[in-house]
Amino acid sequence: MSTLKLTDCQKGKIKEICVSFHNDPGELINVLHKTQGEFGYLPEEVQREIAKNLNISVAKVCGVVTFYSFFTMTPKGKHPIAVCTGTACYVRGADKVVDELKKQLNIEVGGVTPDGEFSLDCLRCVGACGLAPVVLVGEKVFGRVEPKDVKKILDSYKE
Amino acid sequence: MEKIKLTIDNTVVEVDKGTTVYAAAKQIGINIPVLCYMRLEHMGIENKPAGCRVCVVEIEGRKNLAPSCSTECMEGMVVKTHTVRVINARKTVLELILSDHPKDCLICSKNGQCDLQTLAQTLGIREVHSVENAEVSTYRKDYSPALNRDMDKCVMCRRCEMICNKVQTVGALNAINRGFTAVVAPAFEQDLVDSPCTFCGQCVAVCPTAALTEFDDTKNVMQALADPTKTVIVQTAPAVRVALGEEFGMTPGTIVTGKLVTALRRLGFDKVFDTDFAADLTIMEEGTELLDRITRFIGGDKSVKLPILTSCCPAWVNFFEVYYPTMLDIPSTCRSPQQMFGAVAKTYYADKLGVKREDMVVVSVMPCLAKKYECDRDEFKVNGNPDVDYSISTRELANLIRAFNINFASLPDEDFDAPLGESTGAAVIFGTTGGVIEAAVRTAYEVFTGKTLAKVDFTELRGLEGIRQATIDFNGTPINIGIAHQLGNARKLLDGIRNGMYNFHAIEIMACPGGCIGGAGQPLHHGNSGIIKARHEAIYREDAGKTLRKSHENPYIQKLYSEFLGKPMGENAHHLLHTHYFDKQKI
Repeated sequence: MSTLKLTDCQKGKIKEICVSFHNDPGELINVLHKTQGEFGYLPEEVQREIAKNLNISVAKVCGVVTFYSFFTMTPKGKHPIAVCTGTACYVRGADKVVDELKKQLNIEVGGVTPDGEFSLDCLRCVGACGLAPVVLVGEKVFGRVEPKDVKKILDSYKE
Repeated sequence: MEKIKLTIDNTVVEVDKGTTVYAAAKQIGINIPVLCYMRLEHMGIENKPAGCRVCVVEIEGRKNLAPSCSTECMEGMVVKTHTVRVINARKTVLELILSDHPKDCLICSKNGQCDLQTLAQTLGIREVHSVENAEVSTYRKDYSPALNRDMDKCVMCRRCEMICNKVQTVGALNAINRGFTAVVAPAFEQDLVDSPCTFCGQCVAVCPTAALTEFDDTKNVMQALADPTKTVIVQTAPAVRVALGEEFGMTPGTIVTGKLVTALRRLGFDKVFDTDFAADLTIMEEGTELLDRITRFIGGDKSVKLPILTSCCPAWVNFFEVYYPTMLDIPSTCRSPQQMFGAVAKTYYADKLGVKREDMVVVSVMPCLAKKYECDRDEFKVNGNPDVDYSISTRELANLIRAFNINFASLPDEDFDAPLGESTGAAVIFGTTGGVIEAAVRTAYEVFTGKTLAKVDFTELRGLEGIRQATIDFNGTPINIGIAHQLGNARKLLDGIRNGMYNFHAIEIMACPGGCIGGAGQPLHHGNSGIIKARHEAIYREDAGKTLRKSHENPYIQKLYSEFLGKPMGENAHHLLHTHYFDKQKI
């Protein structure tokens, strides 16, 4: 059991989302999508609540959450950073950009900085291969990023 | 049914539309090798995720090889099941699976029983091309009192996931993660004991490798046997005697009761007793409880809950504690025969011998893995000392017999010891679906009507269909009976009761396919349901051969009541033979 306890209000929100999809187990992915949009991530308690509402096993919910890289069980930073490590970005040095980000932020891929400002993830192809390697910060796209650009990008988000 | 003609390996075969290539080939005696595919015919159990690709065949006109387990036959199809291309593909597939599989076969608990090992043997795999320093997927091992998970050995066939979700509707296991780290596990990779697992163990029964195995208690049993200060007694369940022979090469359905007794004696048990004795005792208690509820119900007592549900099956008990916590007052309060035996052995029998309960070790041999969990329950312990110390499966007993160098097939037949070894035919049929309720009916009828049954065989209660119902005429009073085996069927019955769909007086439920005979502790069926059917028939043969076939006629049971227990459902009986249930809702 996770230590997180959901408030009645949060439970109500999850219920509302499930009801909006008619509590249909076939809509699990949509329910998860919307719930993550609401909560920012999908911790254990949230998954249990969804399982209860849709009347499916929590193992099933967990299976779907852990299968799709879009879903996350850890909270993201205020500025979520995602580096594309798809083929085009990778051959143009995305791995080195990732290494530099890890060094600067002092976190691993999938981690969040202790102040909650930044989180770091890798994803596959954002459809901007012409700009490879690509780094996303929130919704903003940075193209042709080199390791030396990393500090500048991060600084622009620091107050 | 529309028929289809196709050619497999130059032989023309006619099949029903919808038949798979794998099944069509089987019809003409071609056994295409499979790994993830498994089907228990007539039990509604089939796994065909087409994931492993071991069963591929060549189909004329198709570029890619096709998985025969999930490819439907088409009119005029030409199939080749063993071309060089097919064989090479199968070998490559298997080599890839083996490249991420531990190579500790020599000391693996599945050694000699492993489907993956057999396949590697069949396909003649002699080397696995490995990349130096290649990553190997590793997972945390998970031990529960009943079963162990060692997912390093998982081949992602997903048979366990299918049985846990589709057949048992327990939903403890699911495939999680992706790619290299993909594994079948409880949610959040938590321990099984924290999941809704009922420990029915059917995942173990279908696992092709040693990813899922029983918790091995044989070491503990050997230690007890070697301890001269302990009186070690053993009880053996009805389903064991119709299955143990398979472990020693005998035809499925061979009854080996006499040899089983001899083997247990030679292993060094001080007394060899029979769980069947406790099954007769169960009928005395459960039958009385049933009659009490029915009589009060007919008398208009609104506080009476019907139907009464049997409570012999420990996985079923776990199931309703997790999923039906609002219905905990419906099941019979009777302990299972295993636990009734333990309670009587460590009181009545220990007193008779003048042995302290701490110096007595009770071992049970069970077709079941949930029994391991059951004997570990706190409510079945006195000051921490369990009524049943260790429960070993039929397979574990076979391992012990082999380790003790006992030539099972050539053993003479011997009889159980008195007094806890005497039993009736009613107790024997506890081992199969429908048996507990038939045994209860045999006794309840005679007690209720005061008449002697002309015929003790209630064939309307027998069979292997998942859900069955019958009405028995209790001399003018119709008694409606429901029977289900496999937990998914039990769920259907229970939901039906909750919605007022059924009007049953009594319901028998067993968690495993076919009842205890198909239990997770039995010799592995490797997907052959004919084995379970043969055991089912053997149980009724054993019953028919008994002189006494009604529990209340067991003279030792009568003696136990007059000397010790008093009357059924009396104070002593209530204390020793009944239990209560807990709300264990998990989500």
